Amino acid sequence: MSPEQAPVVESPQAAAGGAATTPPTPPSSPPALSPRELARWAWRQLTSMRTALVLLFLLALGAIPGSIVPQRDVDSLAAARWVDQHPTLAPIYDKLGLFSVFDSVWFSAIYILLMISLVGCIVPRLRIYWRGMRARPPKAPRNLSRLPESRTFEVDAAPAEALERARAVLARKRYRVDVHPDSEGDTGGGAVAGERGFLREAGNLLFHVSLLVVLVGFAFGNLYGYKGGVIVVSGQSFSNSLSQYDDFLPGALFGADDLEPFSFTVDDFHVDFLQSGEQAGMPTDFAADLTYRETPDAPARTYELAVNHPLQVDGGSVFLVGHGYAPKVTVRDGEGNVAYKGPVVFLPEDSTFKSFGVIKVPDAMPEQLGFEGLFLPTYGFSMERGPFSQFPDALDPVLSILPYHGDLGLDSGKPQSVYELKKDDLDVFTKDNGNDYRLDIAVGQTKQLPGGAGSITFDGVDRWVKLQVSESPGKKIALAGVVLALLGLLGSLFIRPRRTWVRVTRREGRTVVELAGLDRSSGGDLRDEINELEKRLQDSEAAKRETT
Amino acid sequence: MTSADLAAFSNNAIAFASVVYVLAFLAHLVEWVVGRTVPVTVPEQRAVAVGAGGPRPDAPDADLADTGPDQAEQAERIDRFGRIGVALTLVAGLLHLAAVVTRGLAADPVRVPWGNMYEFTVTATFGVTLMYLLLLRRYHLRWLGPVVTGFNVAILMLAVLVLYVPVGPLVPALHSYWLAIHVTAAIVATGAFTVGGMASLLFLVRSRAENRGTLRTTGYIARLPQASVLDRVAYRMHAFGFPIWTFAALIAGPIWAEYAWGRYWGWDPKEIWAFITWVVYAAYLHARATAGWKGKAAAIIALIGLATLLFNFVGINYFFGSTSQHSYSG
Ligand code: HEM
Repeated sequence: MSPEQAPVVESPQAAAGGAATTPPTPPSSPPALSPRELARWAWRQLTSMRTALVLLFLLALGAIPGSIVPQRDVDSLAAARWVDQHPTLAPIYDKLGLFSVFDSVWFSAIYILLMISLVGCIVPRLRIYWRGMRARPPKAPRNLSRLPESRTFEVDAAPAEALERARAVLARKRYRVDVHPDSEGDTGGGAVAGERGFLREAGNLLFHVSLLVVLVGFAFGNLYGYKGGVIVVSGQSFSNSLSQYDDFLPGALFGADDLEPFSFTVDDFHVDFLQSGEQAGMPTDFAADLTYRETPDAPARTYELAVNHPLQVDGGSVFLVGHGYAPKVTVRDGEGNVAYKGPVVFLPEDSTFKSFGVIKVPDAMPEQLGFEGLFLPTYGFSMERGPFSQFPDALDPVLSILPYHGDLGLDSGKPQSVYELKKDDLDVFTKDNGNDYRLDIAVGQTKQLPGGAGSITFDGVDRWVKLQVSESPGKKIALAGVVLALLGLLGSLFIRPRRTWVRVTRREGRTVVELAGLDRSSGGDLRDEINELEKRLQDSEAAKRETT
Repeated sequence: MTSADLAAFSNNAIAFASVVYVLAFLAHLVEWVVGRTVPVTVPEQRAVAVGAGGPRPDAPDADLADTGPDQAEQAERIDRFGRIGVALTLVAGLLHLAAVVTRGLAADPVRVPWGNMYEFTVTATFGVTLMYLLLLRRYHLRWLGPVVTGFNVAILMLAVLVLYVPVGPLVPALHSYWLAIHVTAAIVATGAFTVGGMASLLFLVRSRAENRGTLRTTGYIARLPQASVLDRVAYRMHAFGFPIWTFAALIAGPIWAEYAWGRYWGWDPKEIWAFITWVVYAAYLHARATAGWKGKAAAIIALIGLATLLFNFVGINYFFGSTSQHSYSG
């Protein structure tokens, strides 16, 4: 190690304790021991810096699969798709918990071990720190010139005066100072011992303790919070109960009765798209107008909901996370009756808002009808691509769909996605030449189905918004935790614990001052500090000012 | 100037800045090439000699003291090229700054210049230059000159050729002042980690030579400060970057995410990798205080940290683009 590199603390005990020596590091292999001793040995291993380091690495490594394999809690659709595409791997991945890494057994094991290690590490350090708070700076070592930085120089002042000056200079630099006058002789010489930077260890402890606070806040939110998603067509309403959600993820200890009874109506939704330029089609702004009630008897209020502008009510917050189109259709069956009328949610597939959806008409007679296909907000057609959307705004909307007849399979009792046709018992209508009977319908048009099976009318376009309703109760705790952690970290990284000694002796009628320093953390600028102290001790005028 | 003028100005400024970075790089190259023939006084001897207020061992200029008259002249030439390199870097940095500012002004409405990957890259590389120039004097960083300028040339080239998009307004998800706070912090931390990573890399090279006894008296490696000095510079950069990264990734990011998406932490790929980066740098700081991990192992951990940081920036957008809520930044 080079001289200007400070001795680095080897272990938590040394970081806090007054002793400059390092405590024994845990032995690396278990000697033959009684169970009790074995347990102590294991505990010391677990709470060692090396274990903490290894666990930190495991934590980082363990998080990687969570970014590669789709996570059920993050994107359940993507996860389901992945499972479909990988029939052999999926069961293995499932066993390994790779679809929800962050609450898998092994990931939990890593961070719980880390936290145990942390507690085991902090508690003794807190104790030592508590004792160390009142400790006095250690006496000057015999040979100051052996320390990483040292200076020897002469001053004009008498020893007693020089000693007092040293005390004052160190005290002004906020050292905790002890003066030890020489016991033999009455030369007036002696030594001053100074120590400062006690708050560094406090900062370090605060940082580590705060990590626990963050974890508590995070866990609290996961246990007692919830997150639900719902698509609401403009003009329709939502009230906060379980049955209204399209998907709902409760925390482990969250009960459905805990949902607060707020409700709202989506009055309108508006979006602006960039009309020209290379990035034409990019949305520049969108917002939904809501009318909401915090409780069923509360007065109705309005709110403009936008990205980065959520609605906060008692028991949850409402966020705008997406939007799309819901074409309005009227379907008549073979008997001429209206079998379906209303908007149908289509899901956007790309940034042009080419959207995919299905229309199920179980009430159609004599046979059930189904439609599957695309909604194109601004219709375009080319031979290579077929029908496509030129622009995301609804400038020239067209439904391009295939009609089916038969049995929709809704009676089997199995739940079905509203975005998918179950085609086992459905037949597509075909033209005489055997081709599919594709219908391209513009707004206001009605198209007849072959063989008098009915008709479909494209009445117009509604928009829908995808909303997320959620609550994470521990978030304030977690926030307080990270902020405290940051404060502690700043103290830990930038406060430099440092010891400085000054010895004043009388030699051949001259006053000789020895000055030396020792940094107790790495990365310090001890040399600069010692240079400055030297200047102040030598400069008698400045020194006088300090003394008075 | 109209928006279009400003946008064109920004593009030109980037082109000029790149050219000047190349010139700065060349000047530093000449500095080191000329330096190859001039022996450096053996650092170990010097370290001992440094007693009461002697020359600072981390100043490369000090290496050239007490050499013959010929060599003094050579030393003067070396120093001149070094200073030219720094001056050119300063010019490039100013052009770079102008490019960043006009890029933001060119948008309508005016906004922060980091709404997509091109802009983030251009601004972050400026962060690297800024960090280097600010600390140049304090830590005597001139030995980093070739690395910083070379790095910026390469990355800017990549930005212009691969990532370029014309100026446009922000997507609605970015309409928030948290964009300014969160991303500024991320950029500053990225700059500090990048410079720190360069120092760690040079530390590994230099300490390898020192330990194997293959350290020659001439050449770039010989002219680098001692390994212990490199280690300390690396530590300071990382220690500066870490709290800022903590703020960017674990405070500002979650607060914004809570506003925008209704969850402060959602294990989105970008968030996962920001977390991984944080954990790896925490491990670096830990390693420096752990017996057996100081020095080489710690430096390698720091480089792993930098790799995760860059992967998060580049990799996530390319590999997980559509599954990440952060993907609009691509
Ligand atoms: C939850 C995981 C942990 C994280 C994220 C973490 C993070 C950190 C960071 C960033 C530092 C650097 C601060 C500085 O250099 O002053 C640090 C220092 C330290 N940590 Fe941890 N730590 C963790 C767990 C632990 C554990 C389990 C132990 C006990 C074995 C421990 C003991 C220490 C000690 C003694 C220092 C001071 C090192 C020094 O004096 O420079 N940490 N920790």
